[in-house]
Amino acid sequence: MSDITGERGMERRLPKFIRRIDPAVATAFGCILLLLAVGSIYSTSFLSVEYLLQQLKVASFLGVIATGMMIVILLGQIDLSVPWSVAVGGMMACAAAAFGHVGEVLAIPFGILCGMAIGLTNGVGVAYLRIPSMIITLATNAVAQGLMVVYTGGFSPQDSATTAMRYIATGFLVPGVPNAVFIWALIGAAAVFAFTRTTFGRSVYAIGNRERAAYLSGVDTRRVVLIAFVVSGGLSAFGGVLLAGYASKAAQSMGDTYLLPSIAAVVLGGTSILGGRGSYLGTVAGVILITLLQSILSVMQMPEAGRQIIYGVVIVAMLLVYGRQRRTE
Amino acid sequence: MTSQETATATPLFSMSGISKYYGGVRALEKAELTVMPGRIHAILGENGAGKSTLIKIMAGVVASDEGRLLLEGREVSFASPADAASSGIACVFQELSLIPDLSVADNICISNPPRRFGMIDRQAQRVIAGEALARAGADDIHPRTLVKDLPLSRRQIVEIAKALARKPRILILDEATSALTAGDVAKIFAVLKRFRSEGMALLYISHRMHEIAELADECTVFRNGRNVATYKAGTRSETEVVEMMIGREYKNVFPPKPVYVSRPEPPVLECRDLGWDDRLRNISLTVGEGEVVGLGGLDGQGQRDLLLALFGVLRGITGEILIDGKPQSIASPTKACDESIGMALIPEDRKTEGLMLPMTVRENLSFAALDRVARRGIIDRDKEEQLIDEMVRLLTIKTAGLDIPVGALSGGNQQKVVIAKWLMRSPRLILLNDPTRGIDVGTKQELYALLRRLADQGAAILFYSTDYDELIGCCDRVLVLYDGSVINELSGDRLTERALVASALNVDQARMKEVRT
Amino acid sequence: MKEWRFWLAEQRQTLMAIGIFAVMFAIYVANHPAGFTANVVQTAANKSVLLAFVAMAQTLVVITAGIDLSVGMIFILTNCLASWLVVGGAGATTLGVIAVLGSGLACGILNGLIVIYGRLQPIVATIATGAAYFGIALLLRPYPGGSVNEDLADALTGKLFGVVPASLVALAAVVLVVWVPFSRSVLGRAAYASGSSEPAAYMSGMPIRRAKFLAYALAGLLASIGGLFLTFFTYTGEAAYASGNAYTLFSIAAVVLGGVSLFGGKGSVIGAIFGAFAFRTIGDLLFVFDFDPLWQPLFQGVVLLIAVSLGAFGLFRVRNRLEWFG
Repeated sequence: MSDITGERGMERRLPKFIRRIDPAVATAFGCILLLLAVGSIYSTSFLSVEYLLQQLKVASFLGVIATGMMIVILLGQIDLSVPWSVAVGGMMACAAAAFGHVGEVLAIPFGILCGMAIGLTNGVGVAYLRIPSMIITLATNAVAQGLMVVYTGGFSPQDSATTAMRYIATGFLVPGVPNAVFIWALIGAAAVFAFTRTTFGRSVYAIGNRERAAYLSGVDTRRVVLIAFVVSGGLSAFGGVLLAGYASKAAQSMGDTYLLPSIAAVVLGGTSILGGRGSYLGTVAGVILITLLQSILSVMQMPEAGRQIIYGVVIVAMLLVYGRQRRTE
Repeated sequence: MTSQETATATPLFSMSGISKYYGGVRALEKAELTVMPGRIHAILGENGAGKSTLIKIMAGVVASDEGRLLLEGREVSFASPADAASSGIACVFQELSLIPDLSVADNICISNPPRRFGMIDRQAQRVIAGEALARAGADDIHPRTLVKDLPLSRRQIVEIAKALARKPRILILDEATSALTAGDVAKIFAVLKRFRSEGMALLYISHRMHEIAELADECTVFRNGRNVATYKAGTRSETEVVEMMIGREYKNVFPPKPVYVSRPEPPVLECRDLGWDDRLRNISLTVGEGEVVGLGGLDGQGQRDLLLALFGVLRGITGEILIDGKPQSIASPTKACDESIGMALIPEDRKTEGLMLPMTVRENLSFAALDRVARRGIIDRDKEEQLIDEMVRLLTIKTAGLDIPVGALSGGNQQKVVIAKWLMRSPRLILLNDPTRGIDVGTKQELYALLRRLADQGAAILFYSTDYDELIGCCDRVLVLYDGSVINELSGDRLTERALVASALNVDQARMKEVRT
Repeated sequence: MKEWRFWLAEQRQTLMAIGIFAVMFAIYVANHPAGFTANVVQTAANKSVLLAFVAMAQTLVVITAGIDLSVGMIFILTNCLASWLVVGGAGATTLGVIAVLGSGLACGILNGLIVIYGRLQPIVATIATGAAYFGIALLLRPYPGGSVNEDLADALTGKLFGVVPASLVALAAVVLVVWVPFSRSVLGRAAYASGSSEPAAYMSGMPIRRAKFLAYALAGLLASIGGLFLTFFTYTGEAAYASGNAYTLFSIAAVVLGGVSLFGGKGSVIGAIFGAFAFRTIGDLLFVFDFDPLWQPLFQGVVLLIAVSLGAFGLFRVRNRLEWFG
């Protein structure tokens, strides 16, 4: 295992405290600081508390979605049905709201449930039918889109979000701290707990590392993969619910702009695209990094064109640096 | 056709002083071989004797550490299989190198296809392929057939045809007839004999004594990485051959085995007429409480498949498996290690099947017993710590810490982690798939002692090993497998290396006994 | 006499795709108010040819057991570029066409470099490069606009001899000039081999890396031909994200419908072309049977889902479950 000895060789020269930090995570946080510095040159309000909290709020939506993506990537798979899982979550939650009082109460769970249904289809396909995740999630994405087009009749969704949805997205339970940030923090805490303290989490890392060995150790790998996709679908949909709450209604392509950033955030945070390696802290850093990048680019009035190019270039560059370690076979 | 006298003709190819080491393990030590044109030369030896390594050196697949290769008296060295091929050496290995989705013609002409206007000339290809197939006696295979549509036996013939297409001067067949039907074998033999008369030199590695008897002009026996004897075919009896093949150095010390003990009924494991595809045929065996049963025989006779079948990895198994006398249907490893069955499998390759190398020692150790250290899905760190410490102590696993990647441990300690991981479940039936391969002597001794201790505590152990020494030292009984079925069971006084090797080669036991007395 | 039977076995999947399309098209034409006229065929051909080119691009990459999620964006990018460059007199137009095709080839080469020599997973690498290509397209055409040499456009989207759609002829020409030499070359065979069994291909000393690289490069070229044709149809360049996305997705559907295995190693562009035609015809059928066009995306999505599920059923029947894992 040359890469292990290589890492350890270099690490021996650093003090023990620093040794425990994943270099990718450190780089990501470093880039965040760099971006803040660059942004503050543009305008001093960049470093104000209000602005930073606002950024965190916007980042929360991506953060929730990226959490789901991280679980799937840790398995060594990918979830390309994020765009329409997000949209379905938002639209179905708003749709349920139109069904009177019961609908209002059940709006959020209903939206999440729809996302979980998409995740279930993905999970069954990947775990039990052994269809490559990339392919089946593309297909379920298309089907979800088709369903939503039929449902909305091609128009923008007219239903509006419930008060509850608006509250969790834009309210302030604790003065000054946006609720969305809280929610992300809660979900993040749950994710960290799951990864480090539950059998499910261990199994996810094991399957991403070496599915064969996990299978031969008696773990029901298929069920773990299924659950992972269901959770991812649910989280994507929940992201959509939050987004709909933020905008007070859902929109047709609300999820399209979240696919690439969610993958980028996970990968830039040090999670290996091949699976088995990564920490949630890195994903947090990746999400904040991407959000800041987007924000700065829009302040600089960089057109959408430039943003897309920068995304692409940054992802490829980071992958070339970090995504190659385990490729020697 | 008369074959040339060995004394007067110049060798076509010779190897002398060849040594090859893999890590600290010596695969070949000052081995030699002389290949004469127009002769069929058979090579025999038990597992690990060095035959395959020698052939790989000859075919340019690996390089030797010492020694010389002489082609018609001129020294040569091969940097790659392509080099060897251009010197006229073609080799047909056991692992097929055919591309399934391409046609037979494409595969036969894969290295240097005929071209026209820069594109592959399919017509010319078909002609070349047709010729090669005809030479191999396989006119019934159409060059346009896709390889994946051919049964294994036909694919092996295509492999041979592919080697022949390059019109080699030396043809090496490494167990190349293992999947052929008797009819195919007869046809191939006729073809091989025709090549011999045309002056081609043939090297034939096989463990099938009757094939060697029919085909070979001379035989060479390898043992412990050396050429121990070369003789004209037919001048030694089967018994003498077996005698030459055995005689390994005894370095291991084994814990004492209990003398005949009556085991409680029902046995922990019983198989009745177990079958799978054509790799396992009508296997019936029992393993009782406290028994260590070994699986012997040459490599690839179904031993690994048997263990996988028991552990629930294979689909489509016929026959019955009974645990504690009750028939069980084991559809997955999850079911196999369930409390009601209590099986454990120490797999073949610890790096890809037994461990998650980048994960920590702790995580690997508790991985097979997650349900025991967790309550409702949440891991109890203290319980985990406690069980792990016990295991580390029990097996004396040497590690710099529990939170370092398990890939940093030595091979022996890694294997201990694999075993410890399973012992955390207190299994009743332990299956081991060649567990001491590539492990240092010291750790091996510890493992032997551990196995006996586990057996004394009531576990039932089924143990596949390619090391005869180990089988004799550790096991109460050994079942020898040949071609997917159990052809012999040895125990007590009859469990000797001679008997094991003879059974592995399917040499008639009665005849052997006759000659010895 | 047995020769045709082998040919049949080799082309089985492709023939099925042709069959499916033929049936669908027949139903369509039978129910179309205008019937089986040259105009109806021309319209259908023009719409389908676009997807066919992108599907061809995808096929080349899929054969090597890879995937290219940027083909739709290369398609859009070259469309936008063409709306700038393929204008003016004969000379300028020709140079413009060469430049557009060259840019497609360049995109493909970049993909190839990153995936093969950079050793990155094709999925993520091509999603990323796709984003970059779309960004460039957006730079070229922030708003839809531009123009194209209308004589050339009309010629290639019109009819030859008043009957045969020129776009189909162009498609056939591209197949002859690009696909046939590739599939019969040593590199083409190595591409198939690397998808079928990379270890065996390696042991046989085949030029795997060069073959895969060529596949990605040619994919870019083919997608750019599609982009060029889009410009010919619409006379404009538009950086439409949804459209690019859709083309990438549908190219995968077309490829699967055409009998090309997503695991690599088998299939041909002919099958993918007919798969593209068949996929396109779904929308036409819905129209002809007075189905709400709203249902089209759903139908197409479901067809894609079924196609990929069926395609993967092979793995279902393995005897040794360890083969599920690499």
